[in-house]
Amino acid sequence: MLIRRRAEIASSEITDEQVYLNRRQFIRGAAGAAVGVATGGFALGGGGVALAEGQDAIPNVTPGPFGTDETQNSFDDVTSYNNYYEFGLDKRDPSRNAHTLTTEPWTIKVDGEVAKPAGYHLEDLLEGVTLEERVYRLRCVEAWSMVVPWVGFPLSTLINRFEPTGGARFVEFTTVMRPSEMPGVRRPVLDWPYVEGLRMDEAMHPLTILVVGLYGKTLLNQNGAPIRLMMPWKYGFKSAKSIVRMRFTREQPRTAWNKSAPQEYGFYANVNPTVNHPRWSQASERRIGRFFRQDTSMFNGYGDQVASLYDGMDLRRFY
Amino acid sequence: MSTGSLKRIVFVVCAWPTVWLVGRGLVGALGANPIEEITHDTGIWTLRLLLATLAIAPLGYLTTWHRLMPARRMVGLFAFFYGCLHFTTYVVLDWFFDVEAIVEDVVERPYITAGFTAFVLLIPLAVTSTRAMVRRVGRRRWQLLHRLVYASATAGAAHFIWQAKADLRRPGLYAGVLAILLAIRLWRRYGPARSAHSRA
Repeated sequence: MLIRRRAEIASSEITDEQVYLNRRQFIRGAAGAAVGVATGGFALGGGGVALAEGQDAIPNVTPGPFGTDETQNSFDDVTSYNNYYEFGLDKRDPSRNAHTLTTEPWTIKVDGEVAKPAGYHLEDLLEGVTLEERVYRLRCVEAWSMVVPWVGFPLSTLINRFEPTGGARFVEFTTVMRPSEMPGVRRPVLDWPYVEGLRMDEAMHPLTILVVGLYGKTLLNQNGAPIRLMMPWKYGFKSAKSIVRMRFTREQPRTAWNKSAPQEYGFYANVNPTVNHPRWSQASERRIGRFFRQDTSMFNGYGDQVASLYDGMDLRRFY
Repeated sequence: MSTGSLKRIVFVVCAWPTVWLVGRGLVGALGANPIEEITHDTGIWTLRLLLATLAIAPLGYLTTWHRLMPARRMVGLFAFFYGCLHFTTYVVLDWFFDVEAIVEDVVERPYITAGFTAFVLLIPLAVTSTRAMVRRVGRRRWQLLHRLVYASATAGAAHFIWQAKADLRRPGLYAGVLAILLAIRLWRRYGPARSAHSRA
């Protein structure tokens, strides 16, 4: 696979190291009580944001590539405005309901076209992995967006360990489904469990990461703890949360939203301002926390990195 | 209870969602996306009060409790008021007068078309809501004109259903209540039991 790395990261987008270190220090110092300060307005928000009793600062996070220096959304925004239908349909439901999910122990079943299929313990998978901070834009298919400082590592690191066979053309990701801990799955809003998928070259792309934290701390359940995907050039629903299975396949996986409404949600779901959702325009978006809409960029601004993956494809057809 | 006190109570009930919304806005409790919250809140109250308006007459002839009839116009006008807030939120806060985008929305997206229709149909009803206007238009024609409320509520319910992503239960509930309210009227007009009292 050829990955063009032109303009991978503008020097203006690299966070000054001193600023970065200061933030690290701040985050460490802020663990616990000071979180309330960092998240401002939380007390008035009254949203019952489950603020991380025992949520740990992640040690040894190194700055990762592809970062943006755009203003980051607050910890409060990122953890209280979520689409995670397994915990309810309202944006605030996940922050209210997701605390019931048990994320320890956590096992990911790896099967299909791989040389090393097994049930892997999460801590074993994370052993020896270098965690990076990746400040990515996140564009939801509902035409809102955020900037989030994720903590994670390239998905390719794990995939290489599993040794996919020549027959592996796609990877399918399955989100945990536990009716006793996830009130939303008791109703057939989607065909549970939530399933998403990527083509192998998309999965191996250096922008594609598995996320275990944000803002330097371990992930909260409403954001997909303990481990989730993030592909910043695709609409948010592609980035499956709380992953329990990775299946390597020959056939294109049948994904949850695509099954639910194929004319509205394609398999690729690349951010594309020229292909509108049947019910709303994708030409612009509202960055959470700002009043005026802004224009949406092709591939959410990551075209230099990923456009070549889709050379020769009609993106109106493969939306 | 006098009609006057009853009307005052209805006024407070109908105005309360606005007070609550403004209050939440002032203390910053509208969440990460306040514009979306305002849009949803004003929209749902428009539909609720439209359904309430349509429920007052059937409540009268099914239970013989007609006490709310004098307050019906006010409830209807409150529905229009929330419709105005909803429409203004869309035009000003959501799109900030981006006329091109709004026209595209109205023309190309059925749920916006339906919502826009529902709102526009309420305008002549609000304009002709005063006693002077009833006299000017003439009772008979006024009644005919005000049947537009059925079309408006139907378009409003469709607007709610078509904007839903996956879960249709709540929009379905509203559409169901509307269907019952319309069915009661049809039954009364054309049903087997129609007799002198049902002609009123």
